[in-house]
Amino acid sequence: MDPILVLEQSLNGLQFGLMLFLLAAGLTLVFGIMDMINLAHGSLYMIGAYLAAAVAMATGSFWLAVAVAMGGTAVIGVVLEVTLLRHLYQRDHLHQVLATFALILMSNEAVRMIWGPTALALDPPPSLAGPVELLPGLYYPAFRLVIIGVGLLVAVLLYFLVSHTRLGMLVRAGASNREMARAMGVRVSLVFTIVFAIGAALCALAGAMLGPLFAVQVGMGESILILAFVVIVIGGIGSIRGALVGALLVGMVDTVGRTFLPMWLRAVLPPTVASNLGPALASVLIYVLMAGVLFWRPQGLFPARG
Amino acid sequence: MAVALHQRVRPAIVVPVLAVLCALPLVTQWIDEPFYLVLASRVLLFALAATSLNLLVGFGGMVSFGHAAFFGAGAYVVAIAAMEGVTSAWIAWPLAMGVSALAAAVIGAISLRTRGVYFIMITLAFAQMMFYVFVSLKAYGGEDGLSLPRRSVIGLGLDLKSDTTFYYVVLAVCAVVITLLWRLVNSRFGRALQGVRENETRMEAVGFPVYRHKLVAFVIAGAVAGLAGALAANQNDMASPSMLHWNQSGMLLVMVILGGTGTFLGPALGATVMLLLEETLAEFTLHWQFVMGGILLAVVLLLPGGLATLLQRRRTDG
Repeated sequence: MDPILVLEQSLNGLQFGLMLFLLAAGLTLVFGIMDMINLAHGSLYMIGAYLAAAVAMATGSFWLAVAVAMGGTAVIGVVLEVTLLRHLYQRDHLHQVLATFALILMSNEAVRMIWGPTALALDPPPSLAGPVELLPGLYYPAFRLVIIGVGLLVAVLLYFLVSHTRLGMLVRAGASNREMARAMGVRVSLVFTIVFAIGAALCALAGAMLGPLFAVQVGMGESILILAFVVIVIGGIGSIRGALVGALLVGMVDTVGRTFLPMWLRAVLPPTVASNLGPALASVLIYVLMAGVLFWRPQGLFPARG
Repeated sequence: MAVALHQRVRPAIVVPVLAVLCALPLVTQWIDEPFYLVLASRVLLFALAATSLNLLVGFGGMVSFGHAAFFGAGAYVVAIAAMEGVTSAWIAWPLAMGVSALAAAVIGAISLRTRGVYFIMITLAFAQMMFYVFVSLKAYGGEDGLSLPRRSVIGLGLDLKSDTTFYYVVLAVCAVVITLLWRLVNSRFGRALQGVRENETRMEAVGFPVYRHKLVAFVIAGAVAGLAGALAANQNDMASPSMLHWNQSGMLLVMVILGGTGTFLGPALGATVMLLLEETLAEFTLHWQFVMGGILLAVVLLLPGGLATLLQRRRTDG
């Protein structure tokens, strides 16, 4: 097997995994602390990507666009949380599913009303558009390297925030036992609003960074939302560490599987069968992974509630 | 909280509804709008699928986010059978139910090991697996889906190509199967299932084979969804991967919740309201999804028990 290709695909897997982590981190905390199923998390990702594309188009600056998208989406997230989602925490999971499903419909349509039905283009900054030679013979797009860097940076920051700050302590307390935290005098609702804002900003960051790789279009939130849910279920709901491990696992398995599975199949099966089976098996791989993890560890890899 | 285990279905509601449904073809013929009959068939078969999902969600406490897998599997069985030359409804439809039941047995046996949110996600995962399998099966149309060379043949002088005949057949199938499901919910098995929903540990302690009860319910619900899918394939003249997509599972779940999970006929009401809203709103505005979202949101916030509570409340008031 070509070592260059293996390395390149591993980097792609790492990059995709880290972006999934940005989405999953917010989702897992919302889920873990407030026991709230938020299907509209993917909509925040879409809104972030659209805001970034709009600002980038208006100003020409990619990084300004990222900053505005993060800020703007955080504000939208807080408004949503305070006006609507807050009323759903005490409700049944089913009601949360219905309400946030309604939010998906509304935000998709709102985006379509504002920016039209066609996909927007979001270009990476010109200085990062070209490839970088990492090893002799291994050229890798600079922008993808930046994504990896940003992802790692956020992971480190989040780790620091969760395990070494007062806010992080309150977050962990809320995730492991909400009632007890409340009884000890933690204003869980305030903590949660902050967490929700951070989660929304991270969604926007992921949307803005992935925008140049995938298309910025209506519906982009739903497909990645499912992946983010797969990640947090594999990792264990409420656990940041689990989200990171799960995200990297899913990113790697998905990316590497898509490249190498068809190749391996071609080696052992007749070509017509392999070309049919390859893409299907590759798409199915992460769901097999999730079903497998749940089969042996029904609470995920790192359950937050002991 | 007192929970009424016996699900009453009031003749005062059912008889007029059935009468209207039976007379509907005359009305659409009279106003010369045959399209409404096609829409009505669609509403009926989705009401059937939603009712089957409610057996799990409302009565078994199992929130399945992958019910479209069985719906789609049923559709594909009919389409593939027709491609292979088997067009008799008497063979193809039971076969669709059988295959869906088998799929449900396998998926359920594994998924029912998990609880709560994890159950939601693992059923979703299995449905997505089936979705991708059908997308990649080039022999059966891949992403484009598989068109039905001809609709199923029932014999008895009934031709499903006629919209009116098709409507009456769908109505008959739905009426019979929904009645059977109602009997099931009120049977000893149904009571035990509701007991499991209320308190699984206690039912286990009393000696009920909880896992087996849940699995049986899962298989029955899957089979009925497969039947609904078989009808849907006939109506659309095709089976497509989008029938198994998680969007479809989500829509079915929304229909159930919108109508009211704890009630027997609520999900059918939910399916009706949902599809009719979709149809009417789309006539008035391009941005109907926004309005639909707003309505769903209002229902969650103002009517936590679903639309069915509206009828119940009025009944106790009056």
